Amino acid sequence: MRRLLYLLPLALFLVIAGYFAATLRSGRDPQALPSAMIDKPMPAIDLAALDNGARVTSSSFAGQVVLINFFASWCVPCREEQPLLLRLKTENTVPVIGIAYKDKPQDTQRFLTQLGDPFQRIGLDQEGQLALNFGVYGVPETYVIGKDGRIRYRQISVITPEIWEETILPLIKKLAAS
Amino acid sequence: MIIEIGHFALILALLVAAVQSTIPLMGAARREAGMMAVGKTAAITQFVLIALAFATLVHAYVTSDFSVINVVDNSHSDKPLLYKITGVWGNHEGSMVLWVFMLALCGAAVAVFGANLPPPLKARVLAVQGMIGVGFLLFILLTSNPFQRVLPAPADGQGLNPILQDPGLAFHPPFLYLGYVGFSVSFSFAVAALIEGRVDAAWGRWVRPWALFSWCALAIGIAMGSWWAYYTLGWGGWWYWDPVENASFMPWLVGTALIHSAIVVEKRDALKSWTILLAILTFSLSLVGTFLVRSGVLTSVHAFAVDPARGTFILLLLLVVIGGSLTLYAWRAPALKAGGLFAPISREGALVLNNLLLTTGAATVFVGTLYPLFLDAVGGPKLSVGFPFFNRSFVPLMVPMLIAVAVGPLMAWKRGDLGGAMQRLWAALVVVIIGVVGALVVTEGSYVLALLGIGLAAWVAIAALLEWTERVRLFRTTLADSLRRALHLPRSAYGMTIAHIGLAITVAGISASAFETERIEIVAPGHDIAIGGYVLRLNGVGKVQGANFTADDAKIVVTHDGKDVGEMHPERRFFPLQQQTTSETAIRTNFFSDLYVALGDPDGRGGWTLRVYLKPLVPWIWLGAVIMAGGGIVSLSDRRWRVGAATRAKGAHALGIAPGE
Amino acid sequence: MKRLLLALMMVVAVTGAAAAVEPSERLADPAQEARARAISRILRCLVCQNESIDESGADLAHDIRVLLRQRIAAGDTDAQAIQYIVDRYGQFVLLKPPVEPATYALWFAPLVLLVIGGGAIAIRLRSRRAQPESMTPLSQDERERLAVLLKDGDAS
Repeated sequence: MRRLLYLLPLALFLVIAGYFAATLRSGRDPQALPSAMIDKPMPAIDLAALDNGARVTSSSFAGQVVLINFFASWCVPCREEQPLLLRLKTENTVPVIGIAYKDKPQDTQRFLTQLGDPFQRIGLDQEGQLALNFGVYGVPETYVIGKDGRIRYRQISVITPEIWEETILPLIKKLAAS
Repeated sequence: MIIEIGHFALILALLVAAVQSTIPLMGAARREAGMMAVGKTAAITQFVLIALAFATLVHAYVTSDFSVINVVDNSHSDKPLLYKITGVWGNHEGSMVLWVFMLALCGAAVAVFGANLPPPLKARVLAVQGMIGVGFLLFILLTSNPFQRVLPAPADGQGLNPILQDPGLAFHPPFLYLGYVGFSVSFSFAVAALIEGRVDAAWGRWVRPWALFSWCALAIGIAMGSWWAYYTLGWGGWWYWDPVENASFMPWLVGTALIHSAIVVEKRDALKSWTILLAILTFSLSLVGTFLVRSGVLTSVHAFAVDPARGTFILLLLLVVIGGSLTLYAWRAPALKAGGLFAPISREGALVLNNLLLTTGAATVFVGTLYPLFLDAVGGPKLSVGFPFFNRSFVPLMVPMLIAVAVGPLMAWKRGDLGGAMQRLWAALVVVIIGVVGALVVTEGSYVLALLGIGLAAWVAIAALLEWTERVRLFRTTLADSLRRALHLPRSAYGMTIAHIGLAITVAGISASAFETERIEIVAPGHDIAIGGYVLRLNGVGKVQGANFTADDAKIVVTHDGKDVGEMHPERRFFPLQQQTTSETAIRTNFFSDLYVALGDPDGRGGWTLRVYLKPLVPWIWLGAVIMAGGGIVSLSDRRWRVGAATRAKGAHALGIAPGE
Repeated sequence: MKRLLLALMMVVAVTGAAAAVEPSERLADPAQEARARAISRILRCLVCQNESIDESGADLAHDIRVLLRQRIAAGDTDAQAIQYIVDRYGQFVLLKPPVEPATYALWFAPLVLLVIGGGAIAIRLRSRRAQPESMTPLSQDERERLAVLLKDGDAS
């Protein structure tokens, strides 16, 4: 009994170490935050369009699986993501709605002229109001919207080819099939 | 070429550390003086080699040798010399070299100053130090090598994060690491004692100065970090309970328990296995403090240390060091016989209460820091554990702790007299209560907790002074006799009095945060902003060119009740290399309150946002910490640690059990 | 320093100099502003380490401060305004974790640890006080226990 007491610190430590090992091995980012908006209806979008055309509204793409991509010309990692998004457009995989976050329209335009325009429509969220409704942390950030208009996935930061192949593409296929 | 010498020195140091961790241990088991003596030589050699490696790295930074990746990533030729040097440990690899440098320094200090230690104990302590050295040198060489070259060398470096370009970086990490690493010595003493199966009063006497030294360094390190946050973040926050801060606070709390329980071992030969456990835990928490934040367990793998291999290595290292020592503890500690008996109401009893509250406090911080991760791992919701949790859990634990600090020293060893101790404190308590109630009436019941905190702090300080007057028998004997007693009082007694007063000062400073006032306004040049009797006039904002930044420099003339007090110059610095802006606040202190000014953004119409705060007693937070550490240093200078440490404390009946012999 | 590091990683524009609440954000009504201030002290700046939005210079913290004030100006109660932000950013935004089954282990840990530790000490002291108190280092009783322990040590 007395001996058991002396084993207690070791036992506690091993539990904690085992837990650390599990966290490390899982390879997941402990600071990744799931969105509070998952499975909730997407907040209504009603933004001025970059092309000065009709307003960008959520009703205009209701009933389809779409990606909502928050980006900005001042955001360096957004440039990394551009080639992947362009490929989606040329291959017609899924429509991507771009939301220019806290950006001047002329800067956004220059950014797209430089790197190519992967978006179906581009809404201007100059005050970042829409981003707050989505629960956006920073740019780039991408949301997958199902046919039912609900948010099904949120990607913080750049969509890497691995994330695309392993997570987002299968999800989009599933959502499109349902 | 010089950099390769540094790299080579580090590899040699690893080999020497390997020798240091084996030969003396074998020597101690076989009682061979020659083999045991290897420990001293190896420890000194290891120190010289690591010092050489560290010097070459500093040299590379000072001369801006951009063929070294580490220098490229963290330095720039434009940087002022001070930040070129401090930049050495402003990054993961370099800070690890500083860490092992200090580890080797401590090992060498034991080797040189431990002449009066019994040779087998000394050999074993140095061997354990050597083992820790092997682990961390391997870690550096295999996963975090600062001596890697890059070809071709870029023309210039990427510079140091502007936030780190502050004198704070010169002092905060070195003191913190000195504290962390210093506890490795008490750890080694604990492990050596477990190997020998022998803990006695003399052991307590050897361990305590090391624990005390590390505790002082850690206290100063933490206080400096807190002060740095205070003057650099632009609104005067000084503690956030964030994982990085908590990681340094936990070993300090357990270390505080250790220096107190070691007294009981030394004076009363009791609490031995508990003290051993505390010594192991303190260093374990230091390791956790150093590494958890870099391992990818706490923070994202994107942060500070990027490589997942590092995380795995760190975990293995923690497993070997902490797991190994706790296994040894589970195996050998039951054989350590408890020593002197004592009644619950006694000096020992008060120290046990202090230990219970401090370790529970540390455990609370531990749980609070890791709970979000734990919950996440078991699939629970993502949540934050911020200051409201710690204020409601940790702070209440510290209230009985402070009462123990006030009452404990007035009680006798073995069997104390609570009534007698309180008798001497009643008058002070009544005065303090009247003061607090009076203040509550004046402030109409606001600031209840703050005033209670200050009242408690005042009582603790008075109790510490009363205890001193008791010792010198002030007013009970002639003044000359009291003076003679005061002069002959051991330094350790003065150390305690000073440290406890320091604690009271810190507590008062923390409590008084509630009285802070602020004014945040847009002020045009030529206009005033008033706060608590001070009037600040913004005379204008000029441009200043620094070595690697440009700054907006506000000239503010301060008057108090119409009298000129002086000028203040808060700045906003822009670092073009990193495209980053930092705030240089201006602080005027009179040691009773800080007038704190930060320059915000211009409004585009000639006005500037000024943040002005008046923070009563805030400087006491760090002043108290420095006084606490000062008390520790006074205690360290006690002559009994310098002479005849090997002679045992009077009345200590050491009971050594050595199944291994 | 690391609380800013994370912010930098995530490419959220952080200007080190612009810390905490800005004069331009304030509500005209002092009572409403005081409420907003109080709430913003307990909402976490999501991209910082344990800093509240009231203290943080991050852009996102600024946006949430403004959003919070819009809700309060629109007539939300404190609870409603907090819930509005929790709905978008999750419970993570609360610096004070809610007291619920998932957090019982957190909230009650200090008390439980204190009681266990205190209980263990009390039992130890009582059992030792039951022995005759003497100044001699070893009583007969202790000698016997020592012999048992020594044997234990050899056996293990």
